[in-house]
Amino acid sequence: MSALAALLVRDIRIGVRVGGGALMGVLFFLVVVTLVPFAVGPDLALLKRIGPAILWLAALLASLLALDRLFAADHEDGSLDLLLMSRAPLELVVAAKGLAHWLTTGLPLIVAAPLIGLLLNLDPPAEAALVLTFLAGTPALTFIGLIGAAISVALRRGGLLLAVLVLPLTVPVLIFGVAAANAAISGPMPFGTPFTILCALTLASLVIGPFAAAAALRQEME
Amino acid sequence: METINHLPFIVGSYAAALIIVGGLVAWIALDFRAQRRALADLELRGQTRRSAGPRQQRPMEEVKEKA
Amino acid sequence: MALTDLANPSRFLSFANRAIPWLGGFTVIVLAFGLNQAMSAPNDYQQGDTVKIMYLHVPSAWLSMLAWAVMSVAALGTLVWRHPLADVAAKAAAPIGAAFALLCLITGSLWGRPEWGTYWVWDARLTSELVLFLLYLGVIALWRTVEDPARAARAAAILTLVGAIDLPIIKFSVVWWNTLHQGSSFGLTGSTIYPTMLIPLLIMAVAFTLLFATLHLAAMRNEILRRRVRTQRLMQASTAN
Repeated sequence: MSALAALLVRDIRIGVRVGGGALMGVLFFLVVVTLVPFAVGPDLALLKRIGPAILWLAALLASLLALDRLFAADHEDGSLDLLLMSRAPLELVVAAKGLAHWLTTGLPLIVAAPLIGLLLNLDPPAEAALVLTFLAGTPALTFIGLIGAAISVALRRGGLLLAVLVLPLTVPVLIFGVAAANAAISGPMPFGTPFTILCALTLASLVIGPFAAAAALRQEME
Repeated sequence: METINHLPFIVGSYAAALIIVGGLVAWIALDFRAQRRALADLELRGQTRRSAGPRQQRPMEEVKEKA
Repeated sequence: MALTDLANPSRFLSFANRAIPWLGGFTVIVLAFGLNQAMSAPNDYQQGDTVKIMYLHVPSAWLSMLAWAVMSVAALGTLVWRHPLADVAAKAAAPIGAAFALLCLITGSLWGRPEWGTYWVWDARLTSELVLFLLYLGVIALWRTVEDPARAARAAAILTLVGAIDLPIIKFSVVWWNTLHQGSSFGLTGSTIYPTMLIPLLIMAVAFTLLFATLHLAAMRNEILRRRVRTQRLMQASTAN
């Protein structure tokens, strides 16, 4: 357990240091959201209506940002070999790295989302609902992304391939995340229905992600 | 529903099927010829086929590792 | 190891060489019969003669799913038994599946134009087929990016299996999303299918399945030959040194 905790702390440190993914992710998130009104026009009613969708899309893209370096950096400096040889189960090692990635890129997005939501004319209840869907849904994005990161670990230019592989797999999370946020804002259905399914998707990805990513790493590193 | 001529869409669909399936068949056939030619070419240069005998598998494995 | 199992691909090659002409001939016969039946089948009273597109659209959709199923079984063969033939089967199936997914999308949109008045509707079936097509492209991109064939096979196998788990979920979410956003119900076949249309459709489905089997076998043969060429070139390069 202490080995996993040490790994978690190490990955968080790497994430928050200068050049790490954490602040970059929030900055990217802000830039993408800022660009949308330039594309669709500054109509506040429209922005309010599509606000949750924009924020979810931006979060989806931002969570991909640091993902391609998640295992690749460890592969390059050799620490991935040590992780593979360690006594801790690789699935848990991968899950710890995923958790660290979520804490350094997912969590800052959730903190920033209400502020950035103000730009899109979202009112406080809508922002509360959005934060709740982010909290439930962004771990799924990270843990699905883990699989892509593990598959593309040894590729020199894995970043673009990673996005192409991972984004179609995240369609259900996007659908239910946006639906839950919209349900809380405008109805017509109760918030609980899509939100429960979103939680179920996250729980499933918490299991499937580490197992598939660990399997991929074992296969790649042979 | 207003009466529009449906025929172009039906013909278009069958043409698309012909192009895609024909393209697949052509690609596979051309690929087959290319691979066979490459193999024949290699054989001309004095390479033994690895299906020639099970004894040749071991040296090949070493070769592969070196490569 | 990939190289110790080479006897099997050799036996497979001689089997493929014998089977492909027969299978191809049989495919042509069944396909001709199916097309003939489809052309002479009565038209749907609602959709008129555009229902003829169904005889292409539905079998393509079926094949695009069958190819992923074949890839998933092959992925298990790659990961569990490390069988090189499974790698070859998985790699050969991907472009064929992608081609039929594309055909399904094209015929679907050509069917949609007279029925809905537009080429593309975010209909649940078309949309999930589009996502399936994107997943195929991702798998093909992965095959082409990883240079070593054995490693590419294992990476693609994991992606294929994750896709196989995710595809039903994607399908479910897209249907759910579709009912959420659509007031009136769109559907490609609103009416029940009558036996006069069902039988030609089934024959076409069988013909397409045979077509897939032939193409897949031939593509596998190509892939085995390609690997032989690759190994011999590597051998040549190392003996030249």
